[in-house]
Amino acid sequence: MKHIKGFNGLNVQYHGRHWFVLGLLFTGMALLLGRALQLQVLDNDRLQAEGRARQLGTLAVKPVRGRILDRRGEVLAISTPVDSIWADPRILASSNADLAPLTETLGLSPGQIQKLLQRHAGKKFVYLRRHLPPATARIVLGLKLPGIYTQREYQRYYPAGPNAGHVLGFTDIDDHGLEGIEHAFDRHLSGVDGKKRVLRDARRRVIEDVDSVKPVYHGQDLVLSIDLRLQTAARRHLAEAVRKHRAAGGSALLLDSRTAEVLAMVNLPDYNPNDRSELKYSHFRNRAVTDVFEPGSTVKPFTMSLALASGSFTPDSLIETSPGYYRVGGWTIHDIRDFGRLTLSGVLIKSSNIGTAKIAMEMTPEELYRMFRDVGFGRNTGVELPGERAGSLPNRKRWRASEHASLAYGYGVAVTPLQLARAYGILATDGVLFPVSIRKRQRPPAGDQVLPADVVMEINAMLEKVVSPEGTAQSAMVPAYRVAGKTGTVRKLSAQGGYRDDSYQALFAGFAPVSEPRFVLVVVIDEPGLEQYYGGEVAAPVFAKIMADSLRLLGVPPDAGDRAKQIVLSRQEADLGA
Amino acid sequence: MALVVFISAMAVVFVRSANRQSFLALQAATLERDRLSEEWGRLQLEHATWSLHDLVEHEARQKLQMIAPGPGDIVVLRLVPGS
Repeated sequence: MKHIKGFNGLNVQYHGRHWFVLGLLFTGMALLLGRALQLQVLDNDRLQAEGRARQLGTLAVKPVRGRILDRRGEVLAISTPVDSIWADPRILASSNADLAPLTETLGLSPGQIQKLLQRHAGKKFVYLRRHLPPATARIVLGLKLPGIYTQREYQRYYPAGPNAGHVLGFTDIDDHGLEGIEHAFDRHLSGVDGKKRVLRDARRRVIEDVDSVKPVYHGQDLVLSIDLRLQTAARRHLAEAVRKHRAAGGSALLLDSRTAEVLAMVNLPDYNPNDRSELKYSHFRNRAVTDVFEPGSTVKPFTMSLALASGSFTPDSLIETSPGYYRVGGWTIHDIRDFGRLTLSGVLIKSSNIGTAKIAMEMTPEELYRMFRDVGFGRNTGVELPGERAGSLPNRKRWRASEHASLAYGYGVAVTPLQLARAYGILATDGVLFPVSIRKRQRPPAGDQVLPADVVMEINAMLEKVVSPEGTAQSAMVPAYRVAGKTGTVRKLSAQGGYRDDSYQALFAGFAPVSEPRFVLVVVIDEPGLEQYYGGEVAAPVFAKIMADSLRLLGVPPDAGDRAKQIVLSRQEADLGA
Repeated sequence: MALVVFISAMAVVFVRSANRQSFLALQAATLERDRLSEEWGRLQLEHATWSLHDLVEHEARQKLQMIAPGPGDIVVLRLVPGS
């Protein structure tokens, strides 16, 4: 109290000072109020956002995408951590730091970096270089330049390169699957983002993790049924043939006949999923499941199976194919030459269109339709790949005779290579149709008996003769193994409708070893150059090479007894040897 | 009452401190895991590159002069069933 009284006393004595100090105080208060108003009201949103960003913040934790493995555990796709370098151009520009070591480490020219910074001047964020190896990123951070930061990301690598490109597909830069397996199993592979709370400094650098808000779930691995060794071998042989025949493209599809798993799926032209800079969209197509074609002569075994199952034909029934052409309902069917009188086996071995058509005329078109439906034409195969087409198998109310006859030798129906392979799988499994899988199976699937086993045995005996010096596919023979299969040469449809004279597809479908089938293989060569275009000349040799490699690589015992020496051992002798 | 409040307050302090300690340990472990998975990924890539079938086959044929056995070179040993 005394002091205040004293103060009041002073007050009276120094009047001018009193007002001066008071004025100063009021001015200061007004300034503070104004500033407070500016911060609290005018700039509130921006500052709040900035404040949050600079202190406690939540940070998304990116999950690691699961790996894709082949059936033996070889890595087909893997995400490895990479660091992207980004800069805050405002801080970098104001620091006048020497950028030479930075540009050198990043592999950029000084001009490039200046351009980048100028274009983004005044902004707060620009990527200088994305997806660098972490070691390089550490060097960059070690330069201790102001305004340079890293961000952890994951990059997808496909060690097998173009070998399995179509099956695997690829992801975009933000790790979403765009094509193939990456797309079909995106959910399984991608995992769930997590969140953590972090403390950051004014330069937005994370000082420390404070708390985990939401745990991150990493993506799961996916094991495919593909065998990378067989895939590589198939691609090499197919590419060789496509180059040799100057073909537009091709597909090869190898199935395990016992489980209907896809062991190899190759298409040409292809691409390297690691380097998609010069990609044509058409190269992405997984032709083995997306492209349909008329299967032509390759369906003849199925027509024959219907004839044999009906009981009115045996493999030795005689069919007249002279004089090399045959008129059905205003339509003329040709053979490549006059084969004269053939047995039913002979019709298949020589691939006579006339013989097949004559046999088919003894059955109703509905029976033919139903049989083709049963072997899987016009239906999806169940394989989990995007863009699969079901092909077409028209069910007509009223069949014209020409439609009826041409259906018997594979025209008027369209299939994918995968459907054709599955259909031949039926022949390799005594008449059982399995759903196809691109994922490794834990146990054999349940199948449907769609063709009688005894008929299939008779058909296979004929198909084995096709792959012999007397048949159309001598070049599909594999030394030391018994092989069964069928050629096909089909004209491609033109865009205007009707068939083109100048472009063909050469086909071969078959399986081996005949005594205990292991592999089903379909080879399609698209538009081979015109010196050679028959399935037996173009596709069959590729079949033989891929099949020979597959049998050797998987150690399948030879079954052609006369070509390989065989020694029979008792268990005791074998144990001694070991 | 004051005592209980005091004890409770001390307990909170201890728990928070323990929480921070554990979180720091977790963070260190996570960093270590990231480093190891980074290295693992690199090694897997390296493994996949070296074991590329084309490369192995090329090495075998060119450097080691290996060939695929012909049909005449193959001898099949069959076990007598049941012996």
